[in-house]
Amino acid sequence: MTSSIEISLGEVAASLVLVALAVALSLWRRADLERDIGIAVVRSIVQLTAIGYVIQAIFDEDSLALVAALIAVMVLFGATQARQRAKRVPRSFVPLLIALSVAGVSTLGLVVALGIFEPEPRFLVPVGGMVIGNAMTAAAVALNRLGDEMHDRSREIEATLALGATATQAATPILRRALRSGTITLIDSTKTTGLIFFPGTMVGMLLAGADPIDAVRLQLILLYALLGSVAIAAVLATTLSYRSFFTPAHQLREPPAP
Amino acid sequence: MLFELEAVDYSRSGTPVLRGLSARLPEGPSCVAGPSGSGKSTLLRLLNRLADPQAGRVLHRGEDVRDRDPLGLRREVCLVPQLPALLEGTVEENIRFAGSCAGREPEVERLLGLAGLDGSFAGRDAAKLSVGEQQRAMLARALAVEPRVLLLDEPTSALDADARDAIEATLRELHRRLEISTVLVTHDLEQARRMADWVVRIDGGRAVEQGPVGELLRVS
Repeated sequence: MTSSIEISLGEVAASLVLVALAVALSLWRRADLERDIGIAVVRSIVQLTAIGYVIQAIFDEDSLALVAALIAVMVLFGATQARQRAKRVPRSFVPLLIALSVAGVSTLGLVVALGIFEPEPRFLVPVGGMVIGNAMTAAAVALNRLGDEMHDRSREIEATLALGATATQAATPILRRALRSGTITLIDSTKTTGLIFFPGTMVGMLLAGADPIDAVRLQLILLYALLGSVAIAAVLATTLSYRSFFTPAHQLREPPAP
Repeated sequence: MLFELEAVDYSRSGTPVLRGLSARLPEGPSCVAGPSGSGKSTLLRLLNRLADPQAGRVLHRGEDVRDRDPLGLRREVCLVPQLPALLEGTVEENIRFAGSCAGREPEVERLLGLAGLDGSFAGRDAAKLSVGEQQRAMLARALAVEPRVLLLDEPTSALDADARDAIEATLRELHRRLEISTVLVTHDLEQARRMADWVVRIDGGRAVEQGPVGELLRVS
């Protein structure tokens, strides 16, 4: 990697022209997205700026304890966010906490143990953030699918239970489909990366002046780490959650009142 | 007595469905008859613990069903639901799945024959069968667990007269060949006369009368 780039506030402000374009298109088509776009812009400025200073402080302290604290906070927020997207799954917060924690820790632990990255904040923070973020999305999508299917296919589930099947046997086909839902997006984007789009890490490294081959290799490492972590997150979240749909007597619970 | 229900209360989403219902169902072919919404299907679900009552007891051959392992109970007392609910895959895969639940290796062709289907149905996609064929496939699937009792939730409600008669003939043949008891839920009193020796009539979640079919449902 060669030199880093410096971005001024003026350059950031100039990019808001593109946001204005999005707002104009929404107004023209009466899509009512202006408020959401505005909120997204404000939140992204506040959140990214804040995290940028946090990351700077962590790098300055060079403390793995602070890295662990940051990742713990990300896991907590990630589980909270994912739970909002999977409202039809009862008691999903703890399974999500476990899923994101295991996905994050195991992925980071493996990349360090395999000697891919050094156990330093400048590697662990960005990689940890990517892993937790993607794991959160995968777990949320998988749980959402789980919740929808457990409600929409309740007749088939009960017909299976009526044969003397266990709750696990009745839920297994749904768990498979939920896992596929949670991971297929990343799998598909990994298939098409480099052909249809350039992934973010590679773009960032190229903009910072890195050698393209180095950028590609790092991107591949991260893609494969993400594949592992999203699979872990989706499997754990669904496996730890599905039982809440059943009673100990392998009966389908009545869904909660809306 | 095959089943006894003692002062059973059951509510769903806060709405009472069964209210202090007491009934007896003996061995052999019996029937639970009543209008739509009377609680017939719910009663059936209590017999093999797909649901538990909020009050009262359900006894199976004198034993409270809550003292039984629910999985073992359901393999002995197998429910065939009203609407087709087969798993994705072929008819044979459905039957073999049911057999695996009971730790059995099912004889697929024999079971299809018992349910009135020929062997060619084994490889057919379950989702592409007609409603009547799906009912028969579900019956074959239920028989794969080798139950001692079959609970049948309105097995002919979605069928025309010819298909209904064919299913009824199949069920009567099953009685003759396998000597298993059946509890059939129906809203059709004529069907109750044709298919059962004992009937429990329910309405508004309560048993209004019960007894031998010949006494309660005289030919009009």
